[in-house]
Amino acid sequence: MTPADSLVPASRRNSGFTLHRFANPGRFLRLSGAVLPWVAIPGIGLTVAGLIWGLAFAPADWQQGETVRIIYVHVPAAWLASAGYAMLALCALLSLVWRHPLADLAAAEISPVGAVFTAICLASGSLWGRPTWGTWWVWDARLTSVLVLFFLYLGHIALVHAFDDPQRGYRAGAILALVGVVNLPIIKFSVNWWNTLHQPATISLFGAPTMSLAMLWPLLIAALGYTLVFVALVLARTRAAVMERRIRALLMARAELAA
Amino acid sequence: MTRKRRRLWIVLACGLSLGVAATLSLLALSPGMELFVLPADLAQRTPTPGRVFRLGGLVQAGSVQKTLIGREPAVSFRVTDGKASIPVTYVGILPDLFREGQGVVTLGEVQPDGSFRASEVLAKHDETYMPKDVAEALKRNGLWNPAAGPPPPASTWNTLNARQLDTKQTGQTGKAGG
Repeated sequence: MTPADSLVPASRRNSGFTLHRFANPGRFLRLSGAVLPWVAIPGIGLTVAGLIWGLAFAPADWQQGETVRIIYVHVPAAWLASAGYAMLALCALLSLVWRHPLADLAAAEISPVGAVFTAICLASGSLWGRPTWGTWWVWDARLTSVLVLFFLYLGHIALVHAFDDPQRGYRAGAILALVGVVNLPIIKFSVNWWNTLHQPATISLFGAPTMSLAMLWPLLIAALGYTLVFVALVLARTRAAVMERRIRALLMARAELAA
Repeated sequence: MTRKRRRLWIVLACGLSLGVAATLSLLALSPGMELFVLPADLAQRTPTPGRVFRLGGLVQAGSVQKTLIGREPAVSFRVTDGKASIPVTYVGILPDLFREGQGVVTLGEVQPDGSFRASEVLAKHDETYMPKDVAEALKRNGLWNPAAGPPPPASTWNTLNARQLDTKQTGQTGKAGG
């Protein structure tokens, strides 16, 4: 602890401490190892249950017919694409301001998972658009902003790995991730601000969902499952990254010893 | 001020500037972000002949006429936004969701006679999802005519099945009668 830190009031020092207690890789590995099965197993279970319920047992829509079942794949993926980006931006903030070492590793592991969820959202949306709207793709504000989100994820993946010094890659990636946050409200409100082919939100914080409960339940269960699977994937990948860094440090130490 | 504090302020200041810049750009670009033009907008400014653009709105109830031109299916209908309506002609296969009262987005150009010739018709669907039997019950009880407008408020039907909707409706009529 530097002298400057001891001038900070005890309460503030405490909050810094809570944030940084997970910076200890050993503690992170122990804790995440204990939590992981409790996230992964319910996540897979709820996803499978929600999808089976939605794809096989939920009622068909009065005008879309069976095609509506794509919603159980598409909507949770879309939610997680945006929520995952919010997680990425949070890690970027923790990394830029508080120099949290685990935040850098987590950010680098979130973006590939987020990119996959965004790809699922785009692909399933395209498959849904063809029979209902009559087109695979249209350049309306919602579809375009989600495509931009996909490229932001890809850009983050590329940027993080573009430097010989990993720290510089993490720094550049964090800045990109924070700048890209501008896109999140655009995605959410694109369907309200401009006229689009994509319809506005069915489920909102205020007001009743414009969806029968028989269809809403499997959707919410699948969404909860997707969320847990997303978190489990990021946790497992971050654990692997921590272990990889340890092994690399050990190998370097051994090489130096031998030299 | 600690270094963390200073970094936090820098990030917040950058975020604020970026937010303002993004808002201003979006406000400036806003008309370009629209996918389609509404009939009322078209009535205000006459479009250049031969310019291809998208016209969107609702298919006016009772305006759909289907014919055959040779062996191709052809259709004419009016697109309305409640304030103005434009006659549209289209030769080709319509999307499954096309019906009276449905939102559509058509791509084409204005003809000399003021009608719109579409080369593509896309169907919009609204944010409502309901099982077939619930939709049938709403129609049967006179609560909703899909050709005339959007469904009743979701809170009146989204927790109910068709049978509950029927009994609720007859219960209410019974009370009104007594």
